[in-house]
Amino acid sequence: MDRRHFLLGSSALSVVMAAGSAAAEQERRVLVLVEMKGGNDGMNTVIPYADPLYRQFRPGIGVARDRTVQLDERVGLHAKLDPLMEAWKAGDFAIIQGVGYPYPNRSHFRSIEIWDTASASSQTLSEGWLSRAFDGVQLPRGAGVDSIVADNNALPMMGPGLRTIVMQDAENFLRQATAMKESNEPRDDRNPALRHVLEVRHEVNGAAAGLHDKLRDGPRPAYAFGADNGFGRELDLATRILAARVPVVAIKVALAGFDTHANQVPTQERLLGFLASGLATFRRNMLAASLWNDVVVMTYSEFGRRARQNASGGTDHGTAAPHFVMGGKVKGGLHGAYPSLADLQDGDLKHTVDFRNVYSTVAQGCWGLRRDFGQRPVRPLDLFA
Amino acid sequence: MMARLGRRRFVGGAAVVAAALSTPRPIRAAAAMGFDDARHLLSRTAFGATPAEIEALASMDFAAAVEGLLARFHAQAASAAPSWVGEDLATLRERRQAALAAAGKNADGKPVNEVAKLVREQGRQLSNWWVDEMLVTDQPLVEKMTLFWHNHFTSSIQKVRYVPALYRQNTLFRREALGNFATLLKAVAHDPAMLIYLDGVRNVARQPNENFARELLELFTLGEGHYSEADIKNAARAFTGWSIDRDGGRFVDRMQLHDGGEKTFLGQSGHFTGDDILAILLRHPRTAETIVEKLWREFVSSTPDPGEVKRLAGLFRSGNYEMKPLLRALFLSPAFRDPVNRAALIKSPIELIVGTVHVFGLPVPDQTPLVRMIAGLGQAPFAPPNVKGWPGGDSWITTNTLLLRQQFLRRLIEATTVSSLDGNMAMGRPGRRADRRQEMPAQTMEPYPVEGRSLRGAAGEARLGPTLSGADNATLLRTLLPRKPIDAVASAAQSPGAVVAAAMLDPAYQLK
Repeated sequence: MDRRHFLLGSSALSVVMAAGSAAAEQERRVLVLVEMKGGNDGMNTVIPYADPLYRQFRPGIGVARDRTVQLDERVGLHAKLDPLMEAWKAGDFAIIQGVGYPYPNRSHFRSIEIWDTASASSQTLSEGWLSRAFDGVQLPRGAGVDSIVADNNALPMMGPGLRTIVMQDAENFLRQATAMKESNEPRDDRNPALRHVLEVRHEVNGAAAGLHDKLRDGPRPAYAFGADNGFGRELDLATRILAARVPVVAIKVALAGFDTHANQVPTQERLLGFLASGLATFRRNMLAASLWNDVVVMTYSEFGRRARQNASGGTDHGTAAPHFVMGGKVKGGLHGAYPSLADLQDGDLKHTVDFRNVYSTVAQGCWGLRRDFGQRPVRPLDLFA
Repeated sequence: MMARLGRRRFVGGAAVVAAALSTPRPIRAAAAMGFDDARHLLSRTAFGATPAEIEALASMDFAAAVEGLLARFHAQAASAAPSWVGEDLATLRERRQAALAAAGKNADGKPVNEVAKLVREQGRQLSNWWVDEMLVTDQPLVEKMTLFWHNHFTSSIQKVRYVPALYRQNTLFRREALGNFATLLKAVAHDPAMLIYLDGVRNVARQPNENFARELLELFTLGEGHYSEADIKNAARAFTGWSIDRDGGRFVDRMQLHDGGEKTFLGQSGHFTGDDILAILLRHPRTAETIVEKLWREFVSSTPDPGEVKRLAGLFRSGNYEMKPLLRALFLSPAFRDPVNRAALIKSPIELIVGTVHVFGLPVPDQTPLVRMIAGLGQAPFAPPNVKGWPGGDSWITTNTLLLRQQFLRRLIEATTVSSLDGNMAMGRPGRRADRRQEMPAQTMEPYPVEGRSLRGAAGEARLGPTLSGADNATLLRTLLPRKPIDAVASAAQSPGAVVAAAMLDPAYQLK
């Protein structure tokens, strides 16, 4: 809280940042972070169809050739991702292959923490990578909120660098916030539980004040999201926040259920369908609102899955996987190298791209921030036009 | 399943006091603990406490009161379980097939998912039953420990889908709530719901499934950093063959699917079975520490004292994992009563909702609205978010859930019974209950509570039922809040109803 109050006081600096030079304006894009909870099976998402080992490893659950949308002579997308081909053809859909990290941890909880905090496998950090990225950066204070989480895992944003709220429904949020006006400022107390409750209340009030008018009068999405899954609802909220031009740096959404230890095919196909139709609708909405150049969508997941299927028609916790980056200023196409199926480590794919290099690239491309997240040297990807 | 609050005579009954005092165990110098200590003990070991319940304990010696809590145990739930809890897997299959055969189409032409509907309805009934049990039980500590074990040895209806198995798992947790951890651990490893939830049923010699073995080590016993990936693989091999039978849905050991080879686990080698692995884990000091740390976070504070954890874990192991001596030592530890640890924990959604209904003495003709509130706040019974369970602590309160908590509390203040609470809770799933909404009378359709329109007076006052009426303003505040209010709530001139309403909306009400 101390730092936050300090920042509130230094309004002169904020004004400079808010006014912004033309150059700075160009590098202010909103990151839409998409968590695929449970560990998505990358090998059945971006399929190395030309590799004979693929069929050998996955005799039961391998994606048939005619269910694979060819991207190049080696890999193709699962047919359920076909709605994303519009973006692929337009050249604003990047696929980064083989994303992971050294000494991979196969615990859901530990590995997502590693991704959310951009730590090394052996290192425990409590601050989210987005908060770390904005450490020391003066953000405009007007909106009362810097990032919005539409699912329930806010760890990437957690920390003193960002004011974050978790919000599942904008209208209800504003209505309830109005009913919970604080009668005084949070005060110092040696009770951490109480301090937490008071800080959350303070955040709600701050965010509600900033969001109230913008969201109430903001435009509705031009294209409706599928109502049959929570992911569509979360993207709908993200679309409304962006269309209302609430000056946040990031919005997080999530799609859950990827932990497919058994009978994987129908579950993963359903989820990939939700992912593709949701992201395709989101892109159309952004294009319709002339916002597509101002957003960057990025997926992540705690891990990929093992190269070989298990005896239950599923896959167990693995390591590296492909991830998606989309946006009007994103250079589409395949990035990084697909991990070799012939060179596994304990039956797992070896990563070819460290996720922290992706984060560094995105921090630069979205906000003009140079951040190494402990990688020296940083190996940036050529993701932004 | 009508919840009748009169049945819930926690330590209030003279019989309990007499029982505690008549035990042969010599009681240390008896001294009345006073109102605030009694409130603290109940706030941690029960679901809310009325002034009468606190007063009944206040005149007792603290150690005697703890003894009374631990002496109160019966394995049988007071509420009648849903009729289908005894059904085996074969019956379930028949029901599903019948449901599928009868499946019609929705208005939009999509087939109705009858299997999902059946599971959802059984889940609703099972959650209602458990919340009812929490409301009517005369042994709330046992229910709290049942919930504790549910959050430790998690299983979710989302995956298990054989709902009778979840009921049986719940009765196991209740049976061992104050029983023996070693017995419980072994029973859980053989438990059908757990075997389904963590894929034990798919763990066979030819291709081991590591799901159960990993969580057994990471979450149930040792904790991260005290084992290797190889230990997980070897433990998984040892558990191969443990499964459930296709028709009865009960545990079965399929010897022909067991990997009888030699395994190395935590530095020991042998032709281990699952039982051997559990025995090795119970000999490892980390197992007791993991449980003690978790109990500390549940009952004492969010930051376990390492020295005390070692001491209590030692006592736990040397006492062969009996729960009562451990809980006794925990409640009698200086930290439990330390003023620094008062109001130091955040109420879980179940504690908040069930506790408030109990303290208000609201009649509960149907638990569904309560269960829905609890789910909306992030603690749907039988559906923890993942195998790690509810993380609890600070994570209970986010910008989203704090607003929902206040919304629910405002409704409870205005309510005369729980059924009138329903209406649109706006719990983040718009459209989901459109069909239900049409069945409800118009006046419950207010999209959000409008203060001043309730039956309870224009100033947002609560009308006090028998549990709270008659208490003076100071007693009401001391009953409802674990510390002094944060917002200036009460002036002496205010009515008791206004004091209660203000106290419940005070941030301190979120604490226990």
